[in-house]
Amino acid sequence: MAIRWLTLVPLLFIFVGVAFANHATPIVLGMPFLFFYMVLCIVVTSVCMAIVYKFDPTNKEGK
Amino acid sequence: MHTAPIVIIFGTIVIALILAVLSHRRKKMSLEQWSVGGRGFGVLFVFLLLAGEIYTTFTFLGGSGWAYGTGGPTAYILAYGAVAYLLSYFLLPPVWRYAKEHNLISQPDFFNKKFDSKWLGILVAVVGVVAIVPYLQSQMTGLGLIVETASYGAIHQSVAIGIAMIVLAFYVTLSGIHGTAWTAVLKDITILTVVIIIGIALPMHVGGFHAMFTKINAEKPGFLTLGAKGMGVPWFISTVALTGLGFYMWPHAFGAVYTAKHERVFRKNAIFLPLYQLILLFVFFAGFAAILITPGLKNTNLALLVAVQKVFPGWFVGIIGGAGVLTAIVPGSLMLMAAGTLIAENIYRPIVGNASPKQVQVVARVMVWVVAAVTFLFSIHSNAAIVALLLMGYNFVSQFFPTLLLSIFARRAVSKPGAFAGILVGVAMVVYFTMTKQSLVFGLNSGFWALLVNFIVVLVVSAATRDVSRNQVTSAAQS
Repeated sequence: MAIRWLTLVPLLFIFVGVAFANHATPIVLGMPFLFFYMVLCIVVTSVCMAIVYKFDPTNKEGK
Repeated sequence: MHTAPIVIIFGTIVIALILAVLSHRRKKMSLEQWSVGGRGFGVLFVFLLLAGEIYTTFTFLGGSGWAYGTGGPTAYILAYGAVAYLLSYFLLPPVWRYAKEHNLISQPDFFNKKFDSKWLGILVAVVGVVAIVPYLQSQMTGLGLIVETASYGAIHQSVAIGIAMIVLAFYVTLSGIHGTAWTAVLKDITILTVVIIIGIALPMHVGGFHAMFTKINAEKPGFLTLGAKGMGVPWFISTVALTGLGFYMWPHAFGAVYTAKHERVFRKNAIFLPLYQLILLFVFFAGFAAILITPGLKNTNLALLVAVQKVFPGWFVGIIGGAGVLTAIVPGSLMLMAAGTLIAENIYRPIVGNASPKQVQVVARVMVWVVAAVTFLFSIHSNAAIVALLLMGYNFVSQFFPTLLLSIFARRAVSKPGAFAGILVGVAMVVYFTMTKQSLVFGLNSGFWALLVNFIVVLVVSAATRDVSRNQVTSAAQS
């Protein structure tokens, strides 16, 4: 169950990181930096959820 | 005369109705089958039903309109979905398990069962229906706008809304949730294609992504970051928290949870749903491009449509219209169905007392038409207040969150009076803030303050009443 703490990572990215990412430049991948950062947050969320899903013993039950 | 767009739009409606009838044919329709699909939906269907919540007409027009008119704060729309899905990993499995165990059909059933209080169920149902009407209304008004613009003014908005409401009510009465899931498939394919095409083509039209954003940033310094109109970093954090927590509190979203076959469905979807959000970027790109293509629009909701009309041929405008119709029908039918079920199952049945399942089912289907009619009346009589109403709806439903959370993970920390007090205080604050038009209080989203106070009230009142209820239990046991 300890693996579930990994979900704190995307939350910190979104709620704390935003304070440091609130810039229009540099433009990354054709996006203003703030929007690029949001994309990064989403990808981090997805990756963390995939890792949690994989290692959470709850998802092994009754397969 | 632009006939192509109109033909395409009505063709889409006919296809959606045919899908509804086909999906209905081989199923026997009990109320459980009608509203929760017999609890037999797998990963893909639940994914589409829940994803249907993201791609609504409001996102389509509102998202691009916000990028066009507000700029940087639009970024919150990307973030709240990620928070909601992350939360769903923990929240939805226990909700689903409890619902299956007790054969629950709707959201108020859950509160009713947890607290053994029919009046708490009724309160939740009333707040839910009140929140649904403005949400549904925003979908219908957006739809009217799409049809009117895509037909180059040939179909007036109120006529379009009227047609849409009738189609929707018909659709829901015919098929229930099976029809919605199939239309969701059609809708998602269409909208994904359309959004990606315009999200790339419009920025290319104004010189490419990099040039476009450089130009906007030079013309309007600060527009592409948080901070404009008081919507700074604190606003971002409180709004993402509020909408992320409120996401699954919508009666129709809560009800869609019951359709899953297995609780793993939600945990698996928590991986993919965030990525699905990324498609929204293209909606924003289209909105930003519209700043350079068609500057100075008064109604920012029209940004995407007007820009598309300037750049693309007529038939493509028709396809956008068709996609717009579908983005309204999927969430719209879920909401209508949820409203019908709420009134029949959670207000009519507990108050009447001894209604037969047949009667409840008839009331549910009649109520679908009543809610559709009420929404239609609201839609043609109101104008700019729609966004305010929509946010009010969101603020309303998120007031269920503290009680729900505690009832699942710390049942002993919340008592029946605590649940009542929290929801009532939260809802009262939302009404007050909305009436006095305060969307920002000390830099935070006002709905967030309501949620915070609600949480404290639940805990305090529950702590104060806990001993009383325990005494009652002991005295009841003794007598």
